[in-house]
Amino acid sequence: MKILSKSYIFIIFALLYAPIVLLIVFSFNEAGSLNEFTGFSGVWYKELFNDEEAFNALKNSLILAVSSSLIATVIGTFGALGLHHMRKKYIKGAVNSVTNIPMMNPDIVTGVSMMLLFVAVAGFLHTQSFLGFWTMLVAHVTFNLPYVLLSVMPRFNQLDRSLSEAALDLGCTPSQAFFKVELPQIVPGIVSGLMLGFTMSLDDFVISHFVSSPDFQTLPLYVYNQTAHNVKFSMYALCALIVAIILAVLLIVNFAGSPKKKGAAKR
Amino acid sequence: MEKKKLIELKSVTKSFDGEAVLRSIDLDIHDSEFVTLLGPSGCGKTTTLRIIGGFESPDSGDVFFGGERINDIPPHKRHVNTVFQRYALFPHLNVFENIAFGLRVKKPDCPKPSKEEIVERVTEMLTLVNLRGFERRNISTLSGGQQQRVAIARALINKPKVLLLDEPLGALDLKLRKDMQRELKSIQKRTGITFIYVTHDQEEALTMSDVVVVMADGKIQQIGTPVDIYNEPENAFVADFIGESNIIDGVMEKDYTVRFSGHTFNCLDAGFDPREPVDVVIRPEDVDIVPLERAMLTGKVTSITFKGDYYEIITDVYGFKWMIETSDAVEDGATVGLHIEPDAIHVMKKSEYSGRYGDYSTYSEEAEHLSDVEEEEVTAE
Amino acid sequence: MKGRSVFQRMAAAPHIVWAVMFIVAPMLFVIYFAFTDEKGVFSWSNFASLAQYSNVFILSIAFALIATVICLLIGYPLAYFMSKAKPKTQKVLLVLLMLPMWCNLLIRTYALMALLDNGGLLNSLLESLGLGKLHIVGTNFGVILGMVYDFLPYMVLPIFTTMTKLDRRYIEASADLGCNSFQTMTKVVFPLTVSGIISGITMVFVPSISTFYISQKLGAGKIDLVGDTIERLFQNPSTYNVGAAISLIMMILIIVSVGIMNRFSDNDGGIIV
Repeated sequence: MKILSKSYIFIIFALLYAPIVLLIVFSFNEAGSLNEFTGFSGVWYKELFNDEEAFNALKNSLILAVSSSLIATVIGTFGALGLHHMRKKYIKGAVNSVTNIPMMNPDIVTGVSMMLLFVAVAGFLHTQSFLGFWTMLVAHVTFNLPYVLLSVMPRFNQLDRSLSEAALDLGCTPSQAFFKVELPQIVPGIVSGLMLGFTMSLDDFVISHFVSSPDFQTLPLYVYNQTAHNVKFSMYALCALIVAIILAVLLIVNFAGSPKKKGAAKR
Repeated sequence: MEKKKLIELKSVTKSFDGEAVLRSIDLDIHDSEFVTLLGPSGCGKTTTLRIIGGFESPDSGDVFFGGERINDIPPHKRHVNTVFQRYALFPHLNVFENIAFGLRVKKPDCPKPSKEEIVERVTEMLTLVNLRGFERRNISTLSGGQQQRVAIARALINKPKVLLLDEPLGALDLKLRKDMQRELKSIQKRTGITFIYVTHDQEEALTMSDVVVVMADGKIQQIGTPVDIYNEPENAFVADFIGESNIIDGVMEKDYTVRFSGHTFNCLDAGFDPREPVDVVIRPEDVDIVPLERAMLTGKVTSITFKGDYYEIITDVYGFKWMIETSDAVEDGATVGLHIEPDAIHVMKKSEYSGRYGDYSTYSEEAEHLSDVEEEEVTAE
Repeated sequence: MKGRSVFQRMAAAPHIVWAVMFIVAPMLFVIYFAFTDEKGVFSWSNFASLAQYSNVFILSIAFALIATVICLLIGYPLAYFMSKAKPKTQKVLLVLLMLPMWCNLLIRTYALMALLDNGGLLNSLLESLGLGKLHIVGTNFGVILGMVYDFLPYMVLPIFTTMTKLDRRYIEASADLGCNSFQTMTKVVFPLTVSGIISGITMVFVPSISTFYISQKLGAGKIDLVGDTIERLFQNPSTYNVGAAISLIMMILIIVSVGIMNRFSDNDGGIIV
């Protein structure tokens, strides 16, 4: 039984990792071929690092991820605060469900729906299509909102009212009580919402695909365009780098003895 | 010696969602007293405490502190601190920072204490509650009793005139509770701070308090020393709630003579109308079992329970079941004679609580614990 | 405490405005486009022309269902075995499971294609062994394989989570009451992990039915799924309306199927995301 389960786990993970490992190995293949490994070489990495477009895409991705996650976190945190104090249960429920729509819907539907909105607004204003950074920002904030709410809302709900009463009792004004006692307990939720939004935004391809223009490409869009037709080994190098970075982050988060191990569930 | 009045509640009423929780409370609390608000769930004791703490405001009536009306003073401006139910320690701060919290909060009227001063004061508090060496500990690593001590230290650091304690020992087990009762009492004596203590545990109230305030249904039933409350209960509710008792319908024949269970007894009570119906309370330990020829009443033993240092005997007298605590062994089913001394008989005016407690009655702590959950939900809203 | 401040009352306003403008309004536009023609006149024509896409719908549903079932069959035992491992091993396995999830779907699909492509590694290996080529890319099998490969971790994670939360005493109680390990599995473990299974199924089915990158790469453009169709129709403004109609149908399809599945789950445990 033990052996069976161990070998089962081993086989599945081996299959899961085989393509990724091979991709990394062949990103170092001098020949630029999948047929034979002619020699270890960093030539594809060199090509990648000389690719200005790739760097531009990385820069765009980071700008978009930082700004969209920050905006979503601010809106969502205040939203959670407001919803927490809201007395009308049905409005609360309605806002919650509506916010969750982008999380539940397939990305492609969210993507085309946002695209239709932008197209319709452009048509209404009789302007050219204005897809680009701003539309992508709006889209990313929108699909980050449910994740922020999901991380922050439970923190508000878990707040023990007697804690803020204790703070008032010990001489805090209501606003002091909020900043000294309530906020420190909500902050972990805000941080995890921010991180979650940041990674969702970096990772997104489908929604961006529908609301972007060629002038503003993110890394996933760049990879998509580059892999559309022929095999490019500099893309192998890029993918290998991304996998390495994610591995490093995951290892740090999980094993670097950080006291908080709030493993944020990802879609 | 007339003590100084510290807190006065005058005709205070409060209702939540149309349900009256306090119906006109009048209460004076004096300096350096240990006052206990005692009553079952939903009697209004916690609401009274929260009104004094400033977490609720009365619908009508006034609250005075040192002669000054404080109805509209917010909690952070009152010289009152609270030990909360389940402690409400700040989970993001360690023991030291929890206790120092009150010192670190900026106050407009006095300068911020220096670092040394804070360390000194916190250490003093930790010594007071026997927690030296726990400064850097995380709150979540403390036992219930230790958290309790931190909560007391945190509340006392600002040297309040009054300390409010809301069922502080409710979450502790019996043994620890007894130890903490003793310790709380000694802290109160050493610091001379007025304690207002809320509990539903009558034994706790009797052991610790200088003054017990018995509450029920949003009203104060009796205020008095533990001895008064026990020996001279005001009405059937108090008699039933405090200790165990046999409460019997009787008629006051004339001063110092009361008739119940078909027998006329001498007693020490006077001042009733002739032939006035009354409630008579007799504590189980005050009933003696005697040979039948000396008996005032006779009854049939229906159950005997060995309690260690005494027997608890249930005796049926004309259908009313008496509880008797005695060291004399009797046989189950035997007919026994009962004898009651005049000073064991306490006569009370009829009240709305008359007749509610059939047979002998005991206040059930278990039932109280079960219903506690509801009360928390009510007060949480 | 006593009353809510204006600040507390207004705090949710930006959130609500945002949700209305960028979640509700886009959905209304999908409906609007689906029920109008190019000139913006009300019309059923988009839905009338859907008949020609019925094969695409059937194929997509079939692929997504097959991929989901395979993921469940592979993933459930994997989650079960993982949950039996020592806590330290569990943590390592969990990181190994998360790594592909955090990698972009494009990268995973691209890596799989590099392995399976006609000129890819597997085929060079087979050829050098004299076994001939294996055509996977460009076939139905290839697309389903791609879905299973890409989405398997999303099936395993929620099931694994519910299994680790499962109180060991239930299993002991079941053994104590005379169940053998197979009976314990079917009578106790499975029913108690249904919520994880439901969210796993949702997390595999929804992206599978709406994907277009997987079918583009591993179907080599020969296999058309709903996702591909929508993607293509939205390349050209003249077909936005039909595209909106298909999107609407797909959305309703997913809402209905997810709704039905959630009926089977009696609690809201597990990861719904």
